Amino acid sequence: MISVQNLTKYYGTAPAVNNISFEIEKGTVLGFLGPNGAGKTTTVRIITCYLSPTSGNVLVDNHSIHTESLEVRKRIGYLPENAPLYLDMNVVDYINFMHRMRGDGTVDGSRIREVIATCGLEGVVHKNIGELSKGYRQRVGLAQALVHDPEILILDEPTVGLDPNQIIEIRNLIKNLGREKTVILCSHILHEVEATCNRVLIISEGDLVADGTPSELQASFEGKGRISLQVKNNCGTFLEKVINVPGIDRIINDIQITEGLHEVQLESVKGIDPREDIFRLCMNTNTVLLEMKREVTSLEDVFRQLTGGEH
Amino acid sequence: MRQIAVLAKKEFKGYFDSPVAYVVITLFLLIAGWQFSTGMFLSNTPDLRGLFGIIRFILLFFIPAVSMRLLSEEKRLGTIELLMTLPIKDWQLVLGKYIAAYLLILVTLILTLIHFISIAFLGEPDVGATIAGYIGLFFVVGVYLAIGIFTSALTQNQIVSFILSFVIIFFFFIVDKVVFLFPGFIANILEFLSIDYHFNNIARGVLDSRDVFYYLSLIFIFLFLTVQTLESRKWK
Repeated sequence: MISVQNLTKYYGTAPAVNNISFEIEKGTVLGFLGPNGAGKTTTVRIITCYLSPTSGNVLVDNHSIHTESLEVRKRIGYLPENAPLYLDMNVVDYINFMHRMRGDGTVDGSRIREVIATCGLEGVVHKNIGELSKGYRQRVGLAQALVHDPEILILDEPTVGLDPNQIIEIRNLIKNLGREKTVILCSHILHEVEATCNRVLIISEGDLVADGTPSELQASFEGKGRISLQVKNNCGTFLEKVINVPGIDRIINDIQITEGLHEVQLESVKGIDPREDIFRLCMNTNTVLLEMKREVTSLEDVFRQLTGGEH
Repeated sequence: MRQIAVLAKKEFKGYFDSPVAYVVITLFLLIAGWQFSTGMFLSNTPDLRGLFGIIRFILLFFIPAVSMRLLSEEKRLGTIELLMTLPIKDWQLVLGKYIAAYLLILVTLILTLIHFISIAFLGEPDVGATIAGYIGLFFVVGVYLAIGIFTSALTQNQIVSFILSFVIIFFFFIVDKVVFLFPGFIANILEFLSIDYHFNNIARGVLDSRDVFYYLSLIFIFLFLTVQTLESRKWK
């Protein structure tokens, strides 16, 4: 559906995007993840034909951005960062206008009503966009991107500046849209991508550094695990033997909270979950297990690892 | 192509949704009417030649005011990004905006016909000269506005756009008034560049292809530069 081929973009002498390539299948909700200034917006602007790449190509449904830019644009609904809108127009006039501009100039009233309902704008149709809250403006932005029923939806940081309730609403909306459409969601917020996307690309300083489903990425970057325990009774024996449990590397620390009650942190070898064995050990040594928790690398850790600690 | 009309309509309506259209039309008619009526009664001749001179002068200020926000405001708001990713060509977009501004000035010019009507009560105005004058004005407006939309593509600041277009328009306005300072062949070139020189030819009732060519090519050049300026964003 979308094929990005060796895309490079320089601003002056500084590369914003450095020879990246990827393909997006129809029906994917793609999370495009990276710290601010990593090149997400630049890439998206090239796909939408707002900017031209220094070299490389993008094909959308086999139409090239270089030679068939209008065909590419017809297939895309785009919500730029910060949802730029005409503040002195009212909502319905604006959606109507964008509908005509994105189509062949004619109006399909039922489609406009549909979009207004989808984006939850019924209550504000006759208000000026300038009077609307940030959340509503974001929805108006989404409505204009959807109004021509595009196959591809590109959303650049659609939840920035929204309150938590609005964020959840917008995410649900994106999830629903993702059932029928190909969606590219740019974000620097990790759990947003984890919650909505079925594929993640991580970009850092113009380079593509990771590509996969959220769980694949976690698995491939999974390092040593960490197990936190709270145990009571016979702790001495338990601690002696726990080191021999397969998969346990070392005891990171052991804090005695009260007499006979210990809080222990263990490090486990990559890829092995030793919790069952620890449980059995507790039974055999007659130790009471009050708490056990395993932590593995989260997508957040992957992200930090790949993008150099910046969030 | 239909999108050009949709855009032009939206922009035109935008002038009337804000105070811009009313302020422009009212002020324009007031100043033109006042200047014209004092002059006409002094010279005691029932023709509109004086009016056309006044209008060309006032347009020097009014056209930059009408055109200054056309593209600069889109740049400032960031809406340019949406506009330029729509499935329409950049020149269609420029043309849509240009037409909208042109229509606003056209409405204003049509309202100045009131002076023709009032003169018709006083004497026998020359219908042919009046028509020729208005045709000339349509060309002049076309050039002024093409310059205005060009400068509005250069900046996101409306004031900067206003001043730049004023300066460029003023050059074409003043150039035939200073030709006597220059030797012959330079004077000829300067005269040919002058907006008023060609206007006077048309207003005399001779629709010469050289004059029409002059206006159309200036309009084309500045609209072309506007499109190029917009497209240059792609390569920055």
